[in-house]
Amino acid sequence: MEHIRLPKVENVKLLDRISHRRRRVGTLYLTATHTIFVESEAGVRNETWVLHSLVCSVDKLAATPSGCPLLIHCKNFQVLHFIISKEQECHDIHLSLQRLSQPESYDELYCFSYKPNVDEKERRQEWDFLDLKADYSRMGLPSSLWKLSPVNQHYKVSDTYPADLFVPESATPPVIVGSSKFRSRGRFPALSYYCKDNHAAICRSSQPLSGFSARCLEDEQMLEAILRSNPCSDFMYVVDTRPKLNAIANRAAGKGYENEDNYSNIKFQFVGIENIHVMRNSQQKMLEVCELRSPSMSDFLEGLESSGWLKHIKAVLDAGIFIAKAVAEEGVSVLIHCSDGWDRTSQVCSVACVLLDPYYRTLRGFMVLIEKDWVSFGHKFSHRCKHVVGDPKEVSPIIDQLLECVWQLMEQFPCAFEFNERFLITIHNHFYSCQFGNFIGNNQRERIELRVHERTHSLWSYLWANRTDYTNPLYRPNHSQTQGLLRASTSPYSFKFWKGLYNRFDHGMHPRQSVEDYLRAIQEETQQLEEHTGEGLHYIREVILILWLITVHSYYKSKEKKKIPPGCFSAFDKSPTVWAPGNNLGLANTPQDYTGGFITGSPCQPKGPDSILLPKSTNQISDASFSNGSDQESGIADLSCRSPLSEDSTRDPDSDEAAYSAA
Amino acid sequence: MSTEIMEFAELIKTPRVDGVVLHRPFMPTVEGTLCLTGHHLILSSRQDNTEELWLLHSNIDSIEKRFVGSLGHITVKCKDLRVIQLEITGMEECLNIASSIEALSTLDLVSLMYPFFYRPMFEVIEDGWNSFLPQNAFKDLESMTDEWRLSEVNKDFSLCPSYPPLVAVPKDFDDETLKKVATFRHGGRFPVLSYYHKKNGMVMMRAGQPLTGTNGRRCKEDEKLINATLRPGKRGYIIDTRAINVAQQAKARGGGFELEANYPQWRRIHKAIERYNVLQESLIKLVEACNDQSHSMDRWLSKLEASNWQTNVKEILTTACLAAQCIDREGASVLVHGTEGTDSTLQVTSLAQIILDPGCRTVKGFQSLVEREWLQAGHPFQQRCAQSAFSNSKPRHEAPVFLLFLDCVWQILRQFPCSFEFNESFLVLLFEHAYASQFGTFLGNSAAERARLCLPEKTVSLWSWVNRPQELERLTNPLYEPNSLVIWPSVAPQSLLLWEGVFLRWNRSSKCLDEAYEEMVHIIEYNKELQTKVNSLRRQLAQLETEDPLLHTP
Repeated sequence: MEHIRLPKVENVKLLDRISHRRRRVGTLYLTATHTIFVESEAGVRNETWVLHSLVCSVDKLAATPSGCPLLIHCKNFQVLHFIISKEQECHDIHLSLQRLSQPESYDELYCFSYKPNVDEKERRQEWDFLDLKADYSRMGLPSSLWKLSPVNQHYKVSDTYPADLFVPESATPPVIVGSSKFRSRGRFPALSYYCKDNHAAICRSSQPLSGFSARCLEDEQMLEAILRSNPCSDFMYVVDTRPKLNAIANRAAGKGYENEDNYSNIKFQFVGIENIHVMRNSQQKMLEVCELRSPSMSDFLEGLESSGWLKHIKAVLDAGIFIAKAVAEEGVSVLIHCSDGWDRTSQVCSVACVLLDPYYRTLRGFMVLIEKDWVSFGHKFSHRCKHVVGDPKEVSPIIDQLLECVWQLMEQFPCAFEFNERFLITIHNHFYSCQFGNFIGNNQRERIELRVHERTHSLWSYLWANRTDYTNPLYRPNHSQTQGLLRASTSPYSFKFWKGLYNRFDHGMHPRQSVEDYLRAIQEETQQLEEHTGEGLHYIREVILILWLITVHSYYKSKEKKKIPPGCFSAFDKSPTVWAPGNNLGLANTPQDYTGGFITGSPCQPKGPDSILLPKSTNQISDASFSNGSDQESGIADLSCRSPLSEDSTRDPDSDEAAYSAA
Repeated sequence: MSTEIMEFAELIKTPRVDGVVLHRPFMPTVEGTLCLTGHHLILSSRQDNTEELWLLHSNIDSIEKRFVGSLGHITVKCKDLRVIQLEITGMEECLNIASSIEALSTLDLVSLMYPFFYRPMFEVIEDGWNSFLPQNAFKDLESMTDEWRLSEVNKDFSLCPSYPPLVAVPKDFDDETLKKVATFRHGGRFPVLSYYHKKNGMVMMRAGQPLTGTNGRRCKEDEKLINATLRPGKRGYIIDTRAINVAQQAKARGGGFELEANYPQWRRIHKAIERYNVLQESLIKLVEACNDQSHSMDRWLSKLEASNWQTNVKEILTTACLAAQCIDREGASVLVHGTEGTDSTLQVTSLAQIILDPGCRTVKGFQSLVEREWLQAGHPFQQRCAQSAFSNSKPRHEAPVFLLFLDCVWQILRQFPCSFEFNESFLVLLFEHAYASQFGTFLGNSAAERARLCLPEKTVSLWSWVNRPQELERLTNPLYEPNSLVIWPSVAPQSLLLWEGVFLRWNRSSKCLDEAYEEMVHIIEYNKELQTKVNSLRRQLAQLETEDPLLHTP
């Protein structure tokens, strides 16, 4: 609280990102955890909540006659453009927010103060919801070929690895330790996925410290052991996910890649995914394109191309496909690494798993996947997502790229995934929000030190509890599309721009009617109908029985009357369908800025040479009577209420209310 | 049939070749007998009917042949953007087949076209040629307003060769005045009613450009007519679909635009919609980009951008939205024209109606719109759709104007997936039939030409075929719930997608997407089934209750 210089500013304008003419006026509040904008329009109480931990940058722009602009960029791609009338107030808000959005220690993070109304027992149960060991036993492990190794207990061998790791049965502790000494950060080859049908495995590690000529017998033995754990195959792939040039450069620093001559029966392969710095810059460029105010089609496509973003997504997916095919079609085991083995390696392992195993395309399976390849194997969430103040060069949207690869696959295989786009976007939000403890810290060891499991809540059980929101209505577990390996296309035209994520808060850009919501409503209704037809049939049988009884007993025996059960059919007395898409449309749907400012008389409209012939009075009439700004504005406001995606950052947390009243 | 054989026999050098191998996208290779008839290329394995290929010659855009030894490869590129390969053994056979296909697919004479020979194998329930008569459409208008009348001034197509015999004009203007106005408008296309907005009585009109020329010619009757369409105190917008400089240049060729001084109640807006060969170029580049095998993302995006196709979609849609906005939001009437008023003008007026009028979003309503705003309004289909994206010949009058319109409709459909009674398949079907068809609907360039060709008597209408239950079922959108509102699409680049259903249709398997569609249909059908069941249970219950008074609770 000591960082809040000014808790409340009145008469603040919030501009619409696309059309600055649309604006809302209201009061801005700063609380310990949120920035809140409350629209002061009569009648409606429209609130915008932004978690401080989601704030990526706060910029104070040069003051204008109408006030001092404050621009807030969020990690979930929300952009808020405020105008604060007094410069001093803007200054205070700016400084407060800068401090509030950049926690200096983990203890400041929201998850440690987030206290939903859940008792301690339930909270502990949240953390038991996912069990990685259960996933390994689902894969058929431990087995005669793979064992759970205690070698990294207390993080002695690699402090960024989890304590529990699966290694080949034949790998002895000296071999593992020896291999780990020959690998960056001690990240020795360990199992990520095992295909019990053909014994092929996906293993992961960091780069070998091979330099120009160094060798390590134990490391060579370790790879040999992995190869031998797959009795059906006489070679294995070693996939270096970096561009060859980067890997060669690493040799000069005593690192590098495997020499095929030193390792028996390996096939070595580069797949050329760029490093975290390239990815960070690429996303930044793409976001600049997303933020253009009214871009032409060429601005957009050129910008998208020069950002390189889709090229990188394609590279990750291509690598995943290569590995998935090696495992599923060739039955060959694969060792994947990059430099440290926590960014590109995690991406490629996960993408391959999603392609290979239908389980990872279910709600629970995808949570397990993130828990396995990312949380447990030490993807540096806190550095990459900038949870606390730190080196900006460590920040990179590696995990965003995983979600996008999965989204691209969902677009190609609409029936193959149990979860929907909303699920991915919600998870994305919480990688950054720090509301739950799951992604705090950079590895398992740090999370234990922070006592995350004792002090915070888990996202996974929250998502599971709300799973109806995240379920894809088209998913069928027994559908042919759902089974086995997904044969994805990576032709460039198969990739789409993910506006659902990157333009998430630009409601006007999204389809105004959602097929998915429509189908979900239909399915819910179907479920009710199923119950009721069951009940109804049952009831009619009873009635017939009674009628028969009544006839037999000639009316005198029984005066008891069978009552019609309350509620039977009543659900359908109101309307034939529970959700009519057109109903809300009038409110949701308003014209955009199609005119280029013509109708409201904006000066940017190029004037024809003969426009001087236009009588002046006509021009003035046009300016006065043709402005329909307020009308459009109300439409936009309603739109944000309707969109189901717009509010998960504001609506879900129970504590939001508490935090607000505390302010 | 014998005349057909007579006419085409000399073009068919080799009517039949055995052992031809056919490669099609996403279908197994077939080996069989290739037959050439007057109108079809047929390949049949004679084992299984499903493996037959029946391709209309008129669907062939271009062919390429090459030889590896004596094995000839003919690549057939179709107007619907499909590419198929034929392998023919024997150089002579192959050359004969290739030159026959070439000759048969480039026949210019309309009367030799397949629709004149096609006999329907289905029962015509409703003759499509009579489904959308202008006098019937006008009856709806009469029920809403008495400010307009149907004029027969163009009965014999002499005033305006590209207009239909009946047009709606302001009531107070007699045919003599219209004749004067026609001389002031390009191609005689004097302003006529395109759409009446019931909600506020505003109208949309369309015309050809005014022939002001360089010395600013005026036409009092034209000014009066246009002003007469405004209600007292109301104003209007003239939407010129050309950029201001293009409109300026048109003056030198006798064309021009309305000077606001002469039309003081009207304000002119210029929008830059591309036309003719620029659009054809754009289509060719887009299709080339889609068929690029390089697998490079940069190359794909830059080619997609360079094709300008999506830019064209955005411009057209934006202009249509603007017209709709003027009418619905500004309460102003609108006059739309470009140069001839037969291309970009129709794109704008028809799309604006889809935005404004829920009736146009039904199957029948959309057919009626195509009939009214495209066929009757004189879009020269025959010229525009003579060649498609693979044509080697220099484009003359070809332009994918109608395809762009369909693309824009698809964009709106994507954004409002529950507001249209028809689905994407219907739009794809219209695209196919506009370019090559057994039906006469899209033959000719105007109502006058169609009358001269006696199409209603000699050919079958596409609508006769489409409006049968079994076809309608395939073309109906299961998500449809009538939506009586105006629908405002987003025109942000992020919101406008590449129309995969047309442009990537033959490049990637649509199996998974088709399955998803079937799943969706299944979910909805099952729901309907249960609804019916519940209703019948309800009735049974009600009946039981009336039969037995004891069941009534006191």
